[in-house]
Amino acid sequence: MATRSTSESTLARLLPGDIDAEQALVHGGLVVSIFLMGLPLLLALIMSTQNTTEVYQITNVGIGSQGLSNYETVLGEYNFGQYMINSVVMSVIIVVGKVTLSLFAALALVYYRFPYERAVFMFILLTLLLPVPVRIVPLFDLMARLGWGNTLMAITGPYIASATAVFLFRQHFMSIPASLVENAHLDGVGPLKFLWEVLIPMSRGMIAGVSVITFIYAWNQYLWPLIIMSDQSKQVVQVGLRFLQAASQSGLTRWGIIMAGAVIALLPPLAVLIVMHRPLLKTLAIQQK
Amino acid sequence: MSDIHIDGLTKEFDDVTAVDDISFDVDSGEFLVLVGPSGCGKSTTLRMIAGLEDITSGELRIGERRVNELAPKERNIAMVFQNYALYPHMTSAENMKFGMKSVSDYTSEEINERVRKAADILDIPELLDRKPSELSGGERQRVAIGRAIVREPDVFLLDEPLSNLDAKLRVQMRAELLQLHRELDATTVYVTHDQTEAMTLGDRVAVLNDGQIEQVDPPQMLYDFPDTRFVAEFIGSPAMNIVPIDLAFGDGAVAHHESFELSLPNPELFTERPDSAYFGVRPEDVSLVDNVAGDPETFEAEVSVTEPLGESLLVHCLLGGDELHVKAEARTELDAGDTVELCVDEERLHVFDDAGDAIYHSSPRGETVSDAAETQVEP
Repeated sequence: MATRSTSESTLARLLPGDIDAEQALVHGGLVVSIFLMGLPLLLALIMSTQNTTEVYQITNVGIGSQGLSNYETVLGEYNFGQYMINSVVMSVIIVVGKVTLSLFAALALVYYRFPYERAVFMFILLTLLLPVPVRIVPLFDLMARLGWGNTLMAITGPYIASATAVFLFRQHFMSIPASLVENAHLDGVGPLKFLWEVLIPMSRGMIAGVSVITFIYAWNQYLWPLIIMSDQSKQVVQVGLRFLQAASQSGLTRWGIIMAGAVIALLPPLAVLIVMHRPLLKTLAIQQK
Repeated sequence: MSDIHIDGLTKEFDDVTAVDDISFDVDSGEFLVLVGPSGCGKSTTLRMIAGLEDITSGELRIGERRVNELAPKERNIAMVFQNYALYPHMTSAENMKFGMKSVSDYTSEEINERVRKAADILDIPELLDRKPSELSGGERQRVAIGRAIVREPDVFLLDEPLSNLDAKLRVQMRAELLQLHRELDATTVYVTHDQTEAMTLGDRVAVLNDGQIEQVDPPQMLYDFPDTRFVAEFIGSPAMNIVPIDLAFGDGAVAHHESFELSLPNPELFTERPDSAYFGVRPEDVSLVDNVAGDPETFEAEVSVTEPLGESLLVHCLLGGDELHVKAEARTELDAGDTVELCVDEERLHVFDDAGDAIYHSSPRGETVSDAAETQVEP
């Protein structure tokens, strides 16, 4: 009911005669900025239906002649489906691993008293200063020594420990009254049972939010997989896109194919975003506090 | 049910001593109230009994067991928290069962039976399927108490359980707690900052101040024979009047104040005989002379403010540089600036020394105890 009445009033405001100049200006500005932001995506969608010649004709911004055949080419000829599966597997492992580990870390930080607790937390936060790209050389060396080169372990392992997720869970746990855990102590409820039956159900929104952020972050990994994975069939989709670029037609990059690949690569994180946008927004709101 | 023995209990945080060498016993089945202003260490004491705070020194025994080193769950206690500490994602019944399930010696049928029984006692069977967010403050408190009951613990600990409730509900829950205690006959330690709660609920009341025990006594004893000036002023509302006096001991004892002179009965009851001290009398033990029969010693004072309390009129009087509160009859016609003649109830006078310890009560201690037991009214 509420939404209906708002949309009715919005409608009423948009009726001619009711619009004053200032509002028109504001709305015009908003429309233009949304259009500008959406433009690359729109162009990618259009180009993904065009052949190479059409793409190079700058003025040609209609639906191209290829229809969906660029998508078929990408998925068939270029083995893009395999890259997608690899990416999904990698991202899911990272999400599950990161959330699990961070939950345990935050549990330890919030509900246990141990010496130098604050220092430990600070040290965890300090790792934010050293993201994977900064540590890429020593990390490569480490992976090589462990014999993890060119394996799933190499592209997931380094991402499992996450200061951001630990921080978010810690802040959330700290907002839960201490008397809940004290009552659990009195009842003899163990830490794992408490985590599983109390903390996790009470943190569902936060867990979902962190999972979305982590999934998108993991999905977009490019540099590290490019370096550590030598086997093309084990590569992830972002690097797979790069392979598409290598395939040129008479010296011209086949942008139609690349755009089709980009659109495909966009779909899983988009789906995750659409499904989980509510908990994600809540998580971000907490972050702002 | 078990008794609790506390001997020399001390808690030091980094640089503060929150609880300083306190000792008291709680008898089996007794309802003991720890009362004091905020920061007096009452909650810390309770949390040490629960095992939520480590004990710096001293000994804590529940029943015959020394429990200093035992984990909270091994002490077989249940605690009710000020904020109820209910799990928001569980229904009332699940909340009550949650702790039981982790003690594995109960079958789920036994647990269900106990939850049903507790719900009946607390009159909340219809709330069992609701979540805390769907309950009012009073209902949440009942569920929290129910969760404590189902465990059938040796000792109940309650940490300001009523302070989040509104005034009317607080009075009602107070009566229900009292009734519940009678039914369960459980050893209970109850923490509050509210002296009315302490007086109405406690079999005995321990008054804490600054980490130390001022006095442990039944409520009426505490009221009639405060051991210290702190207890005298903390217990009772409006608070006891305290004015500085000079003492003269001849045949009897005479208190001199700039605006009155009063001979104190039973001078042999003085435990010390200093030259100066503090004279204490409760507002209801001072009366306007018009209302008193006989020929008592009187003195004059000037009315500064009057506060109608409904059932009585609280008159603020100026006694030289000091203020004296007098509980007069309701609807007494008095205005600021009037001069009134006052007298005191000679059986209810107190004198405290400079250190704040009581050195004199005008009645012999214990005389009113049997009296007290009878007059102790239920809320």
